Amino acid sequence: MEVFINLLVNGVSTGLLIFLLAAGLTLIFGLMSVLNFAHGGLFVWGAFSGAWIFKETNSFFLAIAGAAAVGIVLGWVLERFLIRPVYGNHVRQLLITLGGMLVLSESIKILWGPNPIRVNLPGWLEGSYQFDGIIIIKYRLFVIAVGLLLYLALWLLLSRTQIGLMIRAGVLDKEMVQALGINVKGLFTFVFLLGAGLAAVGGALLAPYSGVVFAEMGMQYAILAFIVVIIGGMGSLQGSALASLIVGVAGAFMAYYMPDLSLALNMLLLAIVLLVKPTGLLGEKGGAI
Amino acid sequence: MSLLKLDNLETYLGQYHILQGVSMSVEKGSITVLFGRNGAGKTTTLRTIMGFNPATSGSIHYRDQKISGIATHLISRKGIGYVPENQGMFSALTVEETLNLARAKSSGETEEKMEWMMDLFPDLKKFWNKKSGLLSGGQKQMLAIARAYINGDGLLLIDEPSKGLSPIMVEKLMESILKMKEKTTILLVEQNFLMASEIGDYFYIMDDGKIVHDGWMQDLKEDKETCQKYLGIA
Repeated sequence: MEVFINLLVNGVSTGLLIFLLAAGLTLIFGLMSVLNFAHGGLFVWGAFSGAWIFKETNSFFLAIAGAAAVGIVLGWVLERFLIRPVYGNHVRQLLITLGGMLVLSESIKILWGPNPIRVNLPGWLEGSYQFDGIIIIKYRLFVIAVGLLLYLALWLLLSRTQIGLMIRAGVLDKEMVQALGINVKGLFTFVFLLGAGLAAVGGALLAPYSGVVFAEMGMQYAILAFIVVIIGGMGSLQGSALASLIVGVAGAFMAYYMPDLSLALNMLLLAIVLLVKPTGLLGEKGGAI
Repeated sequence: MSLLKLDNLETYLGQYHILQGVSMSVEKGSITVLFGRNGAGKTTTLRTIMGFNPATSGSIHYRDQKISGIATHLISRKGIGYVPENQGMFSALTVEETLNLARAKSSGETEEKMEWMMDLFPDLKKFWNKKSGLLSGGQKQMLAIARAYINGDGLLLIDEPSKGLSPIMVEKLMESILKMKEKTTILLVEQNFLMASEIGDYFYIMDDGKIVHDGWMQDLKEDKETCQKYLGIA
């Protein structure tokens, strides 16, 4: 029982971190069918800039806000100079965003050097809660809380606001949205920056979680996020949330019981979903939410 | 004074030369019908007006303002409502959400327009909270027309509304379109000659990307030769 609960908490918190990365990807794909492999680069930049700001200021709040700002600025540069010229062409998107990913990862090394950097937990989030032998690390609960809050905020944005309505409609029929006088490119920039900010926040939250950050971690998480986006159904926020939890929890259990197979698990999940329901768990259903 | 004026439009889709010098004008307060066979270029004409498939040469003026060469959302904001051939439903959005979206960037009296559409198409009120993807074919067409009317201001482009609908539904729809003439100018693409000739004032016939004939609808009905040659009606 103790093991079960510990693994569940681990899985859910990892899942929510993956979700922060996947949310932007799925909306960006849903709205403009843009494959953005550089998304992981924003995640690493969030992790490093968050860790750096935390070390310099000792304020975890500033670290997260700063990381979000860095993500948004880099996101703007990416969207403006890498993505816009390759709208509508998946092969070019794949090539140029993969290149963007490499540039973002490698440029980390110019600023922070090639070695992994240790990151400490903020003091008020150190330690753990114990109940009857169940040990729950405080920071994981914090990550779960922040992840759920951000999910809720995104869901409210999409389901309750006018810009959310426009995004949902844009995912369903981009042309018709333009014919109603709505500037889809502006909408896309908004979604892209939102996704970039979320990815960077995800990175900043992950840094103290894993205790160490390194330039290559972006690729690792970006692949997980892509798997999640496909399992959940491209363009579906709820699908991505569900798939993130499945991948996170299944990963935590596999790593404990069958560590040799934990890497194969995600691919297996992906293959099963693609065979049984090629549109993903919640794809082509809700239009963004 | 013509509300919409197309002047010598040339439009390519990829390597295909679809519109080959199309000129036409739509008079204010009229229903103008664009006839023609499949593949004649009718839909491309509407898509060129909306800016989806911009013309490589020629010009389009709406209310004496040039609208060719600007982005689709800006063309829409000038007041042109568009009903695409496939109805362009946002299938996961409800009727309410769809019409709210139509009002988002609309200018003018949207409240009044909304009420009038509810009177004209009471079904929309009835299925207010239903997902538009679950509506019947006729209801989808009504929603598409209401959306375009509420969003637009002065001109509606409607692409083959009768397509795939039962004869009774088509008749009902055409009656509604005729009623809408009181409030807006309409450019209608249609293959259903019998229906469209009942409600249209002026017509154009397209063939192979060119306007081959135009005139008053009344005259076309009596012109058996033209009807037979271009519309396949004996």
